Amino acid sequence: MNILIKNGRVIDPANNVDANTNLFISNGTIAGIGEALDDFTADQIIDASNQIVCPGLVDICAHAREPGPSQKGSIKTESMAAIAGGITTFITPPTTSPIVDTPAVAELIKDRCAEAGKMTIRPMGALTKGLKGEQLAPMAALASSGCIAFTNTRKAFANSLVMMRCLEYAATHDLLVIFQAQDESLADGGCMHDGSTCTHLGLNGIPESAETIEVARCLLLTEQTGVRAHFGQLSCERSVRMITEAQDKGLPVTADVSIQNLLLTDENLNGFNNDFHLIPPLRSQLDRAGLIQGLLSGCIQAICSDHQPHERAAKEAPFADTESGMIGLETLLPLSLLLVEQKMLDLPQLIAKLTSAPAKILGLPEGCLTVGSTANVCIFNTEEEWSLTADTSHSRGKNTPFMDYPLKGRVTHTVHKGEVVYSPS
Amino acid sequence: MFEQTDPSQVQLTPNGELKHFITTEHLSREILTEILDTADSFVDMSAKQVKKVPLLRGKTVVNLFFEASTRTLSTFELAAKRLSADVLNLNISTSSTSKGETLKDTLMTLHAMHSDMFVVRHSSSGAAHFIAEHVTPDVAVINAGDGRHAHPTQAMLDMLTIRQAKGEFAPLSVAIVGDILHSRVARSQIHALRTLGVTDIRVIAPNTLLPSHIESLGVKVYTNMQQGIKDVDVVMMLRLQKERMNSALLPSESEFYRLYGLTMDKLALAKPDAIVMHPGPINRGVEIASSVADCERSLILDQVTNGIAVRMAVMSMAMSGQAKSRPILTGEEL
Repeated sequence: MNILIKNGRVIDPANNVDANTNLFISNGTIAGIGEALDDFTADQIIDASNQIVCPGLVDICAHAREPGPSQKGSIKTESMAAIAGGITTFITPPTTSPIVDTPAVAELIKDRCAEAGKMTIRPMGALTKGLKGEQLAPMAALASSGCIAFTNTRKAFANSLVMMRCLEYAATHDLLVIFQAQDESLADGGCMHDGSTCTHLGLNGIPESAETIEVARCLLLTEQTGVRAHFGQLSCERSVRMITEAQDKGLPVTADVSIQNLLLTDENLNGFNNDFHLIPPLRSQLDRAGLIQGLLSGCIQAICSDHQPHERAAKEAPFADTESGMIGLETLLPLSLLLVEQKMLDLPQLIAKLTSAPAKILGLPEGCLTVGSTANVCIFNTEEEWSLTADTSHSRGKNTPFMDYPLKGRVTHTVHKGEVVYSPS
Repeated sequence: MFEQTDPSQVQLTPNGELKHFITTEHLSREILTEILDTADSFVDMSAKQVKKVPLLRGKTVVNLFFEASTRTLSTFELAAKRLSADVLNLNISTSSTSKGETLKDTLMTLHAMHSDMFVVRHSSSGAAHFIAEHVTPDVAVINAGDGRHAHPTQAMLDMLTIRQAKGEFAPLSVAIVGDILHSRVARSQIHALRTLGVTDIRVIAPNTLLPSHIESLGVKVYTNMQQGIKDVDVVMMLRLQKERMNSALLPSESEFYRLYGLTMDKLALAKPDAIVMHPGPINRGVEIASSVADCERSLILDQVTNGIAVRMAVMSMAMSGQAKSRPILTGEEL
């Protein structure tokens, strides 16, 4: 199967490509960029005039909910949402049911993903058994079953000694550890940023220190153990400063941020809109500015969706009684394009944050259009105005404040392993 | 990136009349004054031989209490009965939710029984808001306390008590003392006092019982009671729940009483004609001395009496606003 994607603006940050040209795909791999190849007869030609052609997006954190509560989502439904958003690879946290702390669960996710056949889902493994923070999970076995990183999510370690042992063991096997930094005792069951909006609404707040104290502990133990470490979904300006300082001293840590924390603040919660119930919480204007600054300075390399689908009932209750999280696979790209429209980043810089940078953090061969690599491609326009609606969205969850919101820029084709897996027309 | 909707719109009809009563925040001075004026007329009536008016005759009021309450529930019940409504009291904490029914399903079931008003108390902040906005917008919702967020009828009965004793709001200095952090009453009092024109509002508590950013509500913070209570006209005490000792917020009841309990000595620092209020139930010897609770400057029992009048006022106003906001059926549609 040969595909020619012609006349698009091909942006491949990994190879410093940004040119109006052709992209050739042959038998599932990138065959070439530019002038026509000898012996290449296209079975399918996609006219990408006035469109962007880039690597398929790599989302460093999205929940597929499988195995687990199927009313929230499944690998099949969330795969569809992903490719509709141009995402060809996403990484799932181990908070499935059962938890990814045995190779069997990791294998199951891989198998179901292969059955769905639309894109690639790679699981994160649990650092501790049952995420209970007490005993080490079998990390080496999990890694051979496809877990590409390890995390204890936002669940507490019994103590700092257990955490240190986890990091030492991960370092032994050169495994990547992902911190979703939140001190459980300081978060104290809170449901929003501890600021003046929180005081007005009378909700339990999560203070900034719940994140920053944990970031400090993670940084110190990362330095001590020499583990490869990444910070997922930062929410505080001060975390960015602390991580920048560590990076400046030569500690090779990386970080990502969700697009919602880059765009929204705690003031959006006025009026108790349950769709804004997110963990980590939307924080202050100052925090948002700090996260953007971190993104521009390079402290934060990647942007993720932190996609968390829920059934309707999970969001139909008084604010604190609802489950946290919003869907984001289908809106990741159009919302991220707002950063380009607001002239914070140029388009190649943004695409790097969504493709090559997360792939590099995770050590994946994806996120690039290098000749010979697997042909995962996203084709999109930056001009089409559209809205995600409950009827047309693909995720099983409909929980997002961006439902029916005017969006600009839309995916027209998604190619996974050399096959067009999504095209709306 | 989202336009902030006007938060007062949830409670008001397009003509600016009250249709739900969820919070004292975002309501105008005119509306709050109308509540007080209406309540005043009911205060007089309650002293008469025949205590009923037919304002809610034929209407069904459901008191939905997801949290235990004696005094608020009974004053709401009396208020509804004095307005001639049919009243149903549901103690949900021991009923449907223990069988796994969601709040929404409970409400929709009661809605199907053609209820006209829900009086709701719930342990989650935003519960009344959720019901009024997303579940049954065509049923008048009166917030009888939601989490730490609001307890607007308590605040308005306090305002009525202050107005009866002091007349004008603007020149007053008001101190609110005790567990501000967990108090929906304090938040509603602060919003109401500010809207009614009080500029000197003080909160007095140790840092462990103060929410962060409390000053954003427009109050002055005092951690020393002697300083905070100096020359105030009104002292509003809050109830201290016993479980606060177990969660590392306070060392002991006796230490709290020594530092923040209202005694005659501390009250002497306030203005000579300062009044003392408390939403009840009071903990004698924890937040207030018996000698203060029972003295002639204590208006704690007036607050209870005013509670019925204020609840009658907001119930009749919300029912009237709700009725006007519904489309009027024409002969053909009927």
